[in-house]
Amino acid sequence: MAITVSIPTILRTHTGGQKSVEASGGTLAEVIEDLETNHGGLKARLVKEGSLHRFVNVYVNDEDVRFSGGLEAAVKDGDTVTILPAVAGG
Amino acid sequence: MARYDSLLHALGGTPLVGLPNLSPSRDVRLWAKLEDRNPTGSIKDRPALAMIEAAERDGTLRPGATILEPTSGNTGISLAMAAKLKGYGLVCVMPENTSTERKQLLQAYGARIVFSPAAGGSNQAVARAKELAEQNPEWVMLYQYGNPANAEAHYRGTGPEILKDLPEITHFVAGLGTTGTLVGVGRYLREQKPDVQIVAAEPRYGELVYGLRNLDEGFVPELYDASVLTGRYSVGSYDALRRTRQLLEAEGIFAGVSTGAILHAALAVADKAVTAGTPADVVFVVCDAGWKYLSTGAYSGTLDEASERLDGHLWA
Repeated sequence: MAITVSIPTILRTHTGGQKSVEASGGTLAEVIEDLETNHGGLKARLVKEGSLHRFVNVYVNDEDVRFSGGLEAAVKDGDTVTILPAVAGG
Repeated sequence: MARYDSLLHALGGTPLVGLPNLSPSRDVRLWAKLEDRNPTGSIKDRPALAMIEAAERDGTLRPGATILEPTSGNTGISLAMAAKLKGYGLVCVMPENTSTERKQLLQAYGARIVFSPAAGGSNQAVARAKELAEQNPEWVMLYQYGNPANAEAHYRGTGPEILKDLPEITHFVAGLGTTGTLVGVGRYLREQKPDVQIVAAEPRYGELVYGLRNLDEGFVPELYDASVLTGRYSVGSYDALRRTRQLLEAEGIFAGVSTGAILHAALAVADKAVTAGTPADVVFVVCDAGWKYLSTGAYSGTLDEASERLDGHLWA
């Protein structure tokens, strides 16, 4: 089993239009490295100066990784990683 | 107290009710803060009135002035009521994909609505409102996303009310929109009880809403202070609807869809406490009642049908 990564519309240029792709890794950083090998350019959109882009939110099984270690957040096979741009609510 | 000088004075003091049927155990209990019991039926009455009164005090809002605000609905409705009673005009900039009830209520209160495109959600409403503010310098934009009076209303009102009613609180769960509720209540609770967990439930909408042209168009409200939060959940429309219906079915509470998303996160937090074997008293916010969402079909048909209908809507 792999990790399922859900890609927002705005980043699908890097995945050939695919809404969700598979990846592997034990941390979010490793998952992003793995994504980069198959879908070049993604990493630069997600990571700025060693941390997550200010307007990108990443969730592992619906929990925001910024509260569970950021790029070092643990990920395991079968997890779903969801990437979303930050938008306004209210 | 049950007697007030006017509707504006009947703000806050909302009930905190236990959920005996949804609480996972006797030691892990859920409590609902019924914010639909505010003058216009939502938690937004608190920040709306606080922002108006702050602007009156500092002189930016003068008699007869026009207020401008980007809002997906509830803040607009609260402002419209207060503006009517206080003699102000109101222009709301609202994404076109909000429920028809919200539009009708705003119009009934005499507010003017300027629609922003569905794609891009509230980001576009914020951008459009900023343009209008530049073109109409005499209008007063209260700007709920960055106005300290928004969080302050919860710091002074909602937070103390909760702690007074439930001193044993361990978790507070609320919706993340302007971030005012979480930041205001969270700051107060953390000052009083540093171990309290402050958990955000963020709506995850259909793809349309995330249709930005580039990532740098993204938006994080100026009020947001991540250091106050201890966790943040993203909740999709299916889970939000499922929990909204469960709240009605199990506890008789008829809430709006965003409350279902918050309950989803509250139950996740409660489950963790059960697994860890630690007692918990989890307070979550019922933002509004379900009336304004009836036309979206949220309460009828199967969950799959209803969440599909809701997909392109801003439901929180």
